[in-house]
Amino acid sequence: MSADENYTGLSYTKLNIMRYLALFITSFIFWLLLTWSVEPGSVVVGLAVAGITTFFFGKYYFKNVAKFIQLHRYYWFIIYLFIFIWECIKANFDVAYRVLHPKMPIKPGIVRVPLTLKSPFARAMLANSITMTPGTIAVDIVKDNIYVHWIYISSEDPVEYTAKVSGRFEDYIKKIFD
Amino acid sequence: MADIIIILSTLLIAIGILFNIFGCVGLLRLPDVYNRLQSATKCVTLGTCSILLGVLVRYGFASIGIKALVAIPLLFFTATVAAHALAKASYRFGIKLGEKSVHDDYKDEDYDVS
Repeated sequence: MSADENYTGLSYTKLNIMRYLALFITSFIFWLLLTWSVEPGSVVVGLAVAGITTFFFGKYYFKNVAKFIQLHRYYWFIIYLFIFIWECIKANFDVAYRVLHPKMPIKPGIVRVPLTLKSPFARAMLANSITMTPGTIAVDIVKDNIYVHWIYISSEDPVEYTAKVSGRFEDYIKKIFD
Repeated sequence: MADIIIILSTLLIAIGILFNIFGCVGLLRLPDVYNRLQSATKCVTLGTCSILLGVLVRYGFASIGIKALVAIPLLFFTATVAAHALAKASYRFGIKLGEKSVHDDYKDEDYDVS
């Protein structure tokens, strides 16, 4: 897969171990946040649960863990988070308006939007972002296209609706995850 | 100070309930399954996130507040993935787009069913 270039110079075995370790740490932090206690019993159970999670789902985690320690990704992630929250709020007012309007101004359909992202996780995040933004739901990804259900198709021109659907996010997600 | 916290959290929870109601109205009014998913994912997700934020503001960074905060990304991921799975599954099951629909690119795609 082309997105998995190894920037660190580490061997792939080492990278594989780091990958399982990163998932272990992530799930353990998640457990600590959920239980919000550092009693020995709770911590031991958390370690066991994180271990089981890592054992079963480690192979589905990021291929390239080196992305975790590249700090500029976090910088873009914070900027992206604010843009995303703003779009999300807009999406809600948009849908609420269409729902409450007596005539229901909808013009739905499924459009095909080409993707430039390569790594599977980045694609999943883009699909999630599209689902949460005004009037669009990601239906499927086939090869290099994403199919999007749109509640109000405002133009018939592919270039224009590509910019409207994924253009807002694609650059940011490329910088963060790809 | 305590008053401000209570007012703010009540306001957030009220907004959340309002958006959840909009989402439910959308579920009833919109014509087909895909449009209904639109209102079910967006309004209901923001509504529930707003309620959880209200809980966080009310209780601060205690055990319950942190749980509410952690639930927000969890809700976000599950809602979007569930919407995608429902939309794709209902399309492949053969449910047509509603009568008002103007465009369907997905029709011609020879997706593999595996």
